[in-house]
Amino acid sequence: MRHVAPTPPRRKLRVATASLAGCFGCHMSFLDIDERLLDLIDLVEFDRSPITDIKHCGPCDIGIIEGGVCNAENVHVLWELRANCKVLVALGACAVNGGLPAQRNHLDVGSCLARVYRDRAGGEVPDDPELPLLLDKVRPLNEVVRIDFFIPGCPPSGDAIWKYLTDLISGRMPRLEHPMLHFD
Amino acid sequence: MTTREAALDTVLADLLARHGRDPGRLLQILLDVQARFTRVPPEAVPKLAAALDLPIGEVESTVEFYSFLSRTPVGDYRILFSDNITDRMLGNQTILDHMAKRLGVRAGEVSEDGLVSLDTTSCTGMCDQGPAILVNGIAITRMTLRRADQVCDLVRNRVPVAEWPADFFRVEHNIRRADMLLGADFMPGSAVKAAIALGRDRFLEEMRISNLRGRGGAGFTTAVKWEAARNASGDERYVVCNADEGEPGTFKDRVLLQYYPERVFEGMALAAYAIGARHGFLYLRGEYLYLRPMLEEKLVELRALGVLGRSIFGVGDFAFDIEIHMGAGAYVCGEETALIESLEGKAGRPRIRPPFPVTSGYRGLPTVVNNVETLCKVTEIALHGGAWYRGYGTKQSTGTKILSVSGDCARPGIYEYPFGVRISQVLEDCGAVRPRAVQISGASGQCLTPREFGRRIAFEDVPTAGALMIFGDHRDMFEVALNFAHFFRHESCGFCTPCRVGTTIQAKIMDKIAAGHGTQYEMNELEHLHEVMRTASHCGLGQTAGQAIADTIAEFRGDYEKRLARRDFEPAFDLDAALARAREVTGRDDADSRLVEEGWQLRETTR
Ligand SMILES: Cc1cc2nc3c(=O)[nH]c(=O)nc-3n(C[C@H](O)[C@H](O)[C@H](O)COP(=O)(O)O)c2cc1C
Ligand code: SF4
Ligand code: SF4
Repeated sequence: MRHVAPTPPRRKLRVATASLAGCFGCHMSFLDIDERLLDLIDLVEFDRSPITDIKHCGPCDIGIIEGGVCNAENVHVLWELRANCKVLVALGACAVNGGLPAQRNHLDVGSCLARVYRDRAGGEVPDDPELPLLLDKVRPLNEVVRIDFFIPGCPPSGDAIWKYLTDLISGRMPRLEHPMLHFD
Repeated sequence: MTTREAALDTVLADLLARHGRDPGRLLQILLDVQARFTRVPPEAVPKLAAALDLPIGEVESTVEFYSFLSRTPVGDYRILFSDNITDRMLGNQTILDHMAKRLGVRAGEVSEDGLVSLDTTSCTGMCDQGPAILVNGIAITRMTLRRADQVCDLVRNRVPVAEWPADFFRVEHNIRRADMLLGADFMPGSAVKAAIALGRDRFLEEMRISNLRGRGGAGFTTAVKWEAARNASGDERYVVCNADEGEPGTFKDRVLLQYYPERVFEGMALAAYAIGARHGFLYLRGEYLYLRPMLEEKLVELRALGVLGRSIFGVGDFAFDIEIHMGAGAYVCGEETALIESLEGKAGRPRIRPPFPVTSGYRGLPTVVNNVETLCKVTEIALHGGAWYRGYGTKQSTGTKILSVSGDCARPGIYEYPFGVRISQVLEDCGAVRPRAVQISGASGQCLTPREFGRRIAFEDVPTAGALMIFGDHRDMFEVALNFAHFFRHESCGFCTPCRVGTTIQAKIMDKIAAGHGTQYEMNELEHLHEVMRTASHCGLGQTAGQAIADTIAEFRGDYEKRLARRDFEPAFDLDAALARAREVTGRDDADSRLVEEGWQLRETTR
């Protein structure tokens, strides 16, 4: 990978990340940019993110989200990021299309819950308000809020994420080409 | 073996024998199976595959592909409502709702007793005499509530369709303006005799001089196509008449087939003479099934006359005959390579071109595919010569063009004009009622506004395959574009991603806007999608699937904007309703079991 030195912005950009209905694979891939993380923190600072463990986000420039939307809490997190970030990026197949978790979409969520908790465990379906309630279907992010950029791949490679982010940070239209652009 | 299975075996054995165990006739066999059992029984698939020596997957793929074939039973009476925008404008939905209520079955379903099923289908080519329906494949025109009641009674009383009042099935020609083709008398055999008198080379030369261009849409020069097929190497050559006429709003080929069949068949014989073909196919769209018996009779007559058969009119090496193949409700099969796939019995997916059909068409052999109207024009050239022919029309578009006029006008029907006629002239002749827009060449064509009515119908100005749908000033052009978006979603063959995914997303966005949840974001998405489909799709279907939307957005933005929500973005679905099922199962009704966007930030921070 040729090391493209990104043009530094005038001030450090604030970046938030979140994982909704995903497997954290996309975040792992993000960390796969390895030593370039050091370059990255010269350019940005992280707000809400599993990396910082900050739970709620303030005004940000870029929000990066892995995973689709499967429950009410996901919707709230997504609303929060949308309200605070100038630009929202859907990262990975789950965020872009619903991905693997959307495999459940052809099943009825009610009978899934009943099957798991009543029939199998012989108990009741938990009704604790602490637990986020499931949506009937897993949805891609762009069906819930406006999304500005999409990075496909399950997961997108570290190189692809690096290229995309550095383009974005330097104010270029982000562009992925073969072989970095792939859908699997 | 159960008796049911034995019955299936007997029927299949009979059908296989009748179709000569030809794997190329798979689709034709399946259509017969469907008619017999109101479905293609799953057990029939492996049996047919074994008998025809085809992979099971290929038989399944064919069954899956065509909308007139179904795996699950349809009703003994299968009623399909033509759902083109022109049928809608004539009130087909009221009639559909009425019939659904009277028959106690919803659209898309089969009644519990299996007696009747009700559904919609793409344009059936009866736009000048709609709303139209198909009952067990046969067209009924000019539906009214009264006629709907009669149909319901006949179905309830299980009267065979063949015994229904003949008036139901009357299909008018509605020829309003006849010119050099529709107005001329024709003596069967005369054109072939004239060509034989000229000889192959001279006849082809006349074709070249005429500068006849294809009427199916692309406008390719017919003589060039024929010469390419004649010069291509192959043991056999084929002539195919494209009578798929699936473009919404087009019905001129239907009139030619019904009232000028000798011209059509003789045009095919002329093509065969020129290129040296022995076999011809008429690929007739399933919606025109009612024409088939008459067309078969015509073929018998033409054989008796010696226009078809062996050593035609004494020319030793000129032997030619025609076989009719039925389509099964797939618009994309009008595309010539998809049509050839369908002729070979397969799912109608467009092939990769090149090679073009002229060198590698039916069964990999040189094949000429021409539109019905093109072939009719060929008879004129054989009779009167190329120079005479090019005296009509414009320099680049010689001869006349038949237009199918429908929508808001006093006299919908068939109009034949020399090429170069202004749109305003057509509108005046048909008695257009305060036209706001005209959709030229069907759902895949272009939408013109009064500003452009001075333009001319010709390949060099406004090209068209023949449809002209008129929308009066009370019409909402968003509704028109919405109808087309649903059409393309249904008709995309699914072969390539830009079109398969694009037509679906496009229809979803249009539905979202229709439901009042669209925003500027969706408007931008539509334009973006059109660009992707236009540039990246494999065939003309996908390339044009966003055109009507792009045109109506450009010209009638207001019709979209009045539906847009006044915000930046709206979710694609009702968020709170998506939680209802889980609420029900958990029995919860606390604040966190609700999703209400207004004020959510307040609630988050005060927690
Ligand atoms: C999606 C699609 C549908 C088409 N449908 C028809 C049709 O119904 N009838 C027709 O003659 N040509 C149709 N065409 C055009 C054919 O591919 C082909 O160009 C034509 O049959 C050639 O005949 P011509 O040279 O006489 O016009 C269609 C093309 C596309 C891309
Ligand atoms: S896209 Fe793949 S890696 Fe990323 S969250 Fe989904 S499943 Fe995990
Ligand atoms: S453009 Fe559409 S209809 Fe044409 S091949 Fe692709 S998917 Fe099929």
